[in-house]
Amino acid sequence: MHAPHFFLSAFIYLGAAVLLVPVAHRLGLGSVLGYLIGGAMIGPFVLGWVGGTQGEEAMHFAEFGVVIMLFMIGLELEPARLWRMRGPIFGLGGLQVLLTALAVMGIAMAFGLEIKPAIATGMILALSSTAIVIQTLQEKALMRTDGGSDSFAVLLFQDISVIPMLAVFPLLAASVARMEHHGWLHELPHWAQPLVTLGAVVAIVIAGQFIVPRGFAILAKTGLRELLTAAALLLIVGVALLMTQVGLSPALGAFVAGVVLAGSHYRHELESNLEPFKGLLLGLFFLAVGASLDFSVIAGKPLLVAALVFALIALKVVVMFVIATFLKIRGSHRWLLSLALAQGGEFAFALLSMAIQQEILEAEVSRLLVAVVALSMAVTPLLFIIYERIIAPRYTAVSKDQRAPDRINENAPVILAGFGRFGNFVGRFMMSQGVKVTVLESDPDHVDMLRKFGFKVFYGDATRLDLLHAAGIEHACLLIIALADQAKVAQLVTEVRAKFPKLRIMARAHDYDQRFELMNLGLASEDTVHEQMGSAQDLAVRALRALGKPAYATERAARRWRRYDEETVHLLVPVHEDEDAYASIVRERRIELTQLFEKDLAELSDDSDKGWEISRAEES
Amino acid sequence: MASVLVLYAHPAPHKSRINRRLAAAAREVAGVTFRDLYELYPDFMIDVEEEQKLLKEHDVIVLQHPFYWYSAPALVKEYLDLVLTYGWAYGEGGTVLQGKILLQSISAGGSEDVYCSQGRNRFTIRQLLAPFDQTAFLCGMRYLAPHIVYSANQLSDAASIQPFAQRYMRLLKALRDETLPLEQAASAEKINDLIPA
Repeated sequence: MHAPHFFLSAFIYLGAAVLLVPVAHRLGLGSVLGYLIGGAMIGPFVLGWVGGTQGEEAMHFAEFGVVIMLFMIGLELEPARLWRMRGPIFGLGGLQVLLTALAVMGIAMAFGLEIKPAIATGMILALSSTAIVIQTLQEKALMRTDGGSDSFAVLLFQDISVIPMLAVFPLLAASVARMEHHGWLHELPHWAQPLVTLGAVVAIVIAGQFIVPRGFAILAKTGLRELLTAAALLLIVGVALLMTQVGLSPALGAFVAGVVLAGSHYRHELESNLEPFKGLLLGLFFLAVGASLDFSVIAGKPLLVAALVFALIALKVVVMFVIATFLKIRGSHRWLLSLALAQGGEFAFALLSMAIQQEILEAEVSRLLVAVVALSMAVTPLLFIIYERIIAPRYTAVSKDQRAPDRINENAPVILAGFGRFGNFVGRFMMSQGVKVTVLESDPDHVDMLRKFGFKVFYGDATRLDLLHAAGIEHACLLIIALADQAKVAQLVTEVRAKFPKLRIMARAHDYDQRFELMNLGLASEDTVHEQMGSAQDLAVRALRALGKPAYATERAARRWRRYDEETVHLLVPVHEDEDAYASIVRERRIELTQLFEKDLAELSDDSDKGWEISRAEES
Repeated sequence: MASVLVLYAHPAPHKSRINRRLAAAAREVAGVTFRDLYELYPDFMIDVEEEQKLLKEHDVIVLQHPFYWYSAPALVKEYLDLVLTYGWAYGEGGTVLQGKILLQSISAGGSEDVYCSQGRNRFTIRQLLAPFDQTAFLCGMRYLAPHIVYSANQLSDAASIQPFAQRYMRLLKALRDETLPLEQAASAEKINDLIPA
């Protein structure tokens, strides 16, 4: 790739993204459709700015975005959670791949295809697009709903099933042509091949468990952020390389690596470092898919292509819907699952080109299928819109009606935003006192446990108004904010106070400054809590007791101290904005504190509990 | 041999002169279980189950505390309120404490002569302790006259307090060894004079 040419291509790709994605987003179509349309516009069949072999190159390069995405999904899935998903992965996923492949195969044979190409077509079309589905689910915050996680389970099984598909393809070939790109692995004896493959996966697990965290620790000490980013990319590229060497899907390998690293300290670091790469490369990937749309095929047989796209989507929706019904998945989740997975997947492109190479499918059929798959991907965002605008509202309306009887005690829910280290104490204690608490939590790790204990949990960012609505904020009697992110706390308080001025809000603050900020935003001082106050005081009391101070007197001294501190807060808050006055009052208070210290010292102990003095009432 | 439980309650032991030393003496006596209530429950969160278990295991219960406003410090009241439950200490099936001995060891600021009908306090300490007496009665316990250290605020140095600490020790030992004349102890104004030398 020439440098000037590279800049030109980069300019075109980025320009298409920057111009069209915001438009699509504005129209509520989602970013994926924006990228796809942008890709189609710059592709060989509309403007012809990019395309041909170079477009395919871009696609291959961009597939790395899918790899990064799966790595990041893995990061959010601890092994235990993954293990709990084994039911949906193998049950739902297995049935989906098997039944869809069989149905497609049957139809293909009915249209006159031989059995071998029909089998190949069935396998190719059974797959869905991990990239589009997950990106869209995340964008629409559906990833953590039941329908979303089931969709993910099916996609995961599809990614796994690509491995046996790749193995089966040569057997379907009309000629005995072999795949070349498996290389050295195929020169090994047959029994050794699975061992090498397994060994590679074990190597990833071991490296992820023991070597990578240490490596990151060393790099982290250098303080060079870009080194960590480089190491994260190196890790994924390495995994992808290893996986292609042993004939596994790079995305699957990256996913395994992600799962292994899910428990590590560097999880968030990895996520934030990789996020921009994932976003850009996925965008590029969708652009490339758009650019690969072969409009000549479509223009040649528009009705046939349209019919096939419609048939493919309808078939996949029906199969998934039937399976979901059979597995007792109900309500809007069943629809989400069925509609989300109705398109063809990116693996289909790879499998189709392989099918041509090995002469399993005729080139014409293959080109037709590429167009059908690409179009079905392009239609996916529209299916999501159908789900969001038509199906989901119906179910929420219905479920609200059904729930009418037990809404009495949920009429005025207490909403707890954040169930981390602080929020979990608040929530657990309130639950233990029989108060129903609705939790908004963005960390999926907590959620299963919360549900088990009867919490009503909504996943996602508590600052999102739709989530607050879902949690029933308009009926809530109290909102408790226990988010760690200070900016989000302020944002949430501002938004909620603007929309629901009567709702009482309580919030924890990291420090005095945040407390003042909250009080300036209109919270009552007794509704804000300095998060360290309780624990620091606790520790100080214990320390004093360890030194032999009497327990009860120390306890009272600590409470008096707390009260004194509250008075300080009251005194400071009105002038907090005025820096000078603030500084002078702090100084004044500090002087007062020093005086208090001196007084305490002079009198050896607290002087407020004079009632304990030995001269009693009976003495005058 | 009787088992003795001393429940000590002083909210400000660092300001105490008498009780602190008496408490130290009580800890020395073999066969005495010593509990410092304000150290155990500075937050007033009395462990009812644990306290009931201890009461059940002992034969003699001694409430040791300063005489605040003609009564005990607040935690002692909280203790009685929470631990002596219906169906356990009294009422239907409440028989656990029956036959046990209850007495108080008190330090009072005033001298003995202000605690009489002609004195400023108009009642004797024994009379003022009537609610405790009646509590014991309701629970089927035998209430003995209190051990009293009078004029507590005039005793400041260790030497002048030492004899009282010794006397308290002898009292606890006598209770433990069951050598106290219980009939007399139950009807006396104070138990001080019945303690063996």
